[in-house]
Amino acid sequence: MLKIYFELNGEPMYVEIKPGEMLLDLLRRLGMKSVKEGCRTGECGACTVLLDGKPVRSCLTFAAKIKGHRVTTLEGLGSPANPHPLQEAFLETGAVQCGFCTPGMILVAYDLLSRNPDPTPEEVREAITGNLCRCTGYVKIVEAVLLAAKRRREGVWR
Amino acid sequence: MKVVGKNVRKVDGIALVTGQPVFTLDVTPPGAVVGKILRSPHAHAEIVRIDTSKAEELPGVLCILHHGNVPRTPYTTAGQGWPEPSPYDSFLFDRKVRFVGDRVAAVAATSEEIADEALRLIEVEYRQLPAVLVPEEAIGPGAPVIHDEEESRGIHDPQHNVAAAIDIRVGDIERGFTESDVVVETTCEFPYVQHVPLESHCVVAYLDEEDRLVIRSATQVPFHVRRIVARALGVPLSRIRVIKPRIGGGFGTKQEIILEDVAAALALRTRRPVVMKYSRAEEFVAARTRHPMKIRIKLGAKRDGTIHAIEMDVLSNTGAYGTHSLTVLSNVGSKTLPLYNKAPHLWFHGKAVYTNLPVAGAYRGYGATQGYFALEVAVDELAEKLGMDPLKLRLANHIRAGETSPIFEKIGEGRAGKAQVVKSCALEECIREGAKRIGWKEKHGKKTSEGRWVHGVGMALSMQGSGITDIDMAAATIVMNEDGSFRLLVGATDLGTGSDTILAQIAAETLGVAVEAISVYSSDTDFTPFDTGAYASSTTYVSGGAVLRAAQEARRRILEVAAAILGEPPESLDLEEGHAVSRGTGKKVPLSEVGHRAMYVTDQRHIIATASFVAPESPPPFAAFFAEVAVDVETGVVRVVKFVAAADCGMPINPALAEGQLEGAIVQGIGHTLYEELLFSPRGRVRNPNLFDYRIPTAADVPDIEVVLIPSDEPTGPYGAKSIGEIGINGPAPAIANAIYDAIGVRLYRIPFTPERVLKALHGKSMG
Repeated sequence: MLKIYFELNGEPMYVEIKPGEMLLDLLRRLGMKSVKEGCRTGECGACTVLLDGKPVRSCLTFAAKIKGHRVTTLEGLGSPANPHPLQEAFLETGAVQCGFCTPGMILVAYDLLSRNPDPTPEEVREAITGNLCRCTGYVKIVEAVLLAAKRRREGVWR
Repeated sequence: MKVVGKNVRKVDGIALVTGQPVFTLDVTPPGAVVGKILRSPHAHAEIVRIDTSKAEELPGVLCILHHGNVPRTPYTTAGQGWPEPSPYDSFLFDRKVRFVGDRVAAVAATSEEIADEALRLIEVEYRQLPAVLVPEEAIGPGAPVIHDEEESRGIHDPQHNVAAAIDIRVGDIERGFTESDVVVETTCEFPYVQHVPLESHCVVAYLDEEDRLVIRSATQVPFHVRRIVARALGVPLSRIRVIKPRIGGGFGTKQEIILEDVAAALALRTRRPVVMKYSRAEEFVAARTRHPMKIRIKLGAKRDGTIHAIEMDVLSNTGAYGTHSLTVLSNVGSKTLPLYNKAPHLWFHGKAVYTNLPVAGAYRGYGATQGYFALEVAVDELAEKLGMDPLKLRLANHIRAGETSPIFEKIGEGRAGKAQVVKSCALEECIREGAKRIGWKEKHGKKTSEGRWVHGVGMALSMQGSGITDIDMAAATIVMNEDGSFRLLVGATDLGTGSDTILAQIAAETLGVAVEAISVYSSDTDFTPFDTGAYASSTTYVSGGAVLRAAQEARRRILEVAAAILGEPPESLDLEEGHAVSRGTGKKVPLSEVGHRAMYVTDQRHIIATASFVAPESPPPFAAFFAEVAVDVETGVVRVVKFVAAADCGMPINPALAEGQLEGAIVQGIGHTLYEELLFSPRGRVRNPNLFDYRIPTAADVPDIEVVLIPSDEPTGPYGAKSIGEIGINGPAPAIANAIYDAIGVRLYRIPFTPERVLKALHGKSMG
């Protein structure tokens, strides 16, 4: 057992990790159930989290690697009582069907908009291309990200 | 309409966008152990000996199940109504394995690592049997018999590996072709493709404080899970509760009982909560697939373009087990042939055949998808031979409102069907609107080139159904709270489609309240009324029909109480914006007052209403699909530039959700058409059981998609609604095939249209 320190959704964490434990398993063990397992081989993107603000596949990231770093999961973005504008935009446009890919999608979109506040539809598609969705055909997900971008430019962003 | 027809937010949406723990595996009971399955390395073999002693000695191993220590009861894994039209040819564990990946044993252990180690320690001695991987060979002379066990029931012809067969004739097919001026014949092939929901199959099974078995499962059919697990395990149905939480996509693969039975057996044996999930590789190998098919189709038409005779000859590969074999086969004809109802002479025949390959099952489209690929490619060929615009040929032949087809009566759900007149159909408007949006007149037959890329356009039509006539039944209960809010209890199963939301909309509209006043509880066999489940495009129409009737009854009871308060007859009252309002005097009373009075004050009663609805018929939704493709003539790469779908789903209850169903189905269909296919080794092993080698569409692959809903008013549907869940997947394969032909003058008959196949066809070689 190895004890590590890291920051989870803005809170300091000091936890024991198992040898070889993946970040996906650690985060779910810590109650971050928005982090989804879709394939465990890095192909679907459902387990995406932000590591120091950058999207990573938590199923391919060793938990030991986050020592001293900042991890953000969807729980860190908003809550049912206080959803993030991106979460609102996904709801409003009908971008959520089953919702299993949604956490990863929203985090990747969050990263995109923090780098590129005014993306084209093609840039949105490019950004989410590593995140698979089998329900929506991506049409309304792209709409959601563009709507959130517009609101962000208009200043409706925490 | 205040609520119906509006894009209200999904009632489960806020939980989903904020990542609340709402999926099956997000909540596990304390003390849960892990269940894992040992799978067959052989395509066809007898288990001669199985020795679990070494595995049992491993600390942390609690239980190992195999054919030697479980009941041997034949059942079907198909989650269909009872009695199931699928053969009872499966066992919890069997002495024989029938495909690479078939169940051999299951382990419950205190950790995943221990469970994996235990699987390695189980010694199995197999006697390999000859395997058959090709449907034509499976029904040929000397083929090994895949289901030679005595206990199975309902197999059409086990000695010849025929799980199911169908032979339906209307008119005189020979005469039909003789009388035709033009005849085309073509054979289309649909390979092994998969649903690939992002959440694989998963389940938690445990005994509650009263020792009842609770199964929390990612299923589309909670009530069928309860009934089938009861049969397979010999447990009284009354001792089982099935709960469906949010589920991460299904598309038909979760209409199967493939994990609940094992998890339940392990939980009963160990008396510990058991968690099981398919790995992505297991999902590809041992979940379900679409039925691969070869469909030979022959069309005859008069010189004026009237289709006069249609023959469809189907060879369906059901894999190692016959789940949905008969009904998917039936649907190839029953969902396609009525579309061209002018033809008086029809012959629909085919077989569903066992092979030693993965098991096919229900998949969105359910046979119609395969059927429309063949039919709509053939119609395109017919148009060419007639020298007609394929759009005009379709307009001249498709079914209209007020018309019928003999097929409705001839083919039902594994039995005869029921006569039906189409009461709503906006297909003609769909065709005209779609044609306008793709630019059919300007583009069809006038291919254009940009360097190596040659553009063409193609189209296809489709219809589906809305539930299964006289079989699908749903019930709903509306419970009024004293503050004027309601609980809506439905057995209906929202698998991400948004059905909880549209059912709440139907209730809210009827009760004159906002959607926020309705709390939806769905899919818990202990607490919600029965529903056959989410399949056959049934939820909006059948479950919606039940909700409408329950809400109407609740409304009647509310008005009785309101009438007493207002001193007016109930017939003069309406429910609007949370009030009972008199049409005559304008006097009104809030529902909270009605609720308090009914519950606490005078002539007390709880306002509760339950209603059932059985599909009296299956009104078809209709759609016209148009694809513009660009083909790279040097590499054979096909790119879909634009895809248009115009669909008639009756009056959409929630247009955004309906559009989402179409968009998602279209992109799944494009995936099958251009790159998805399970590949097999010569020994029957899946060669690409991962998302890298079995590619599904990414956001970058998706073309410009335009969907448009053309409303019609279905008199038998709730607020005029029909279904929309499946139809979208039927269009891409034929529309893209026809567009490729328009571009490069080469017909492709086997999906996926990989660059290799396109190039080969371009170079005039025979197709692989």
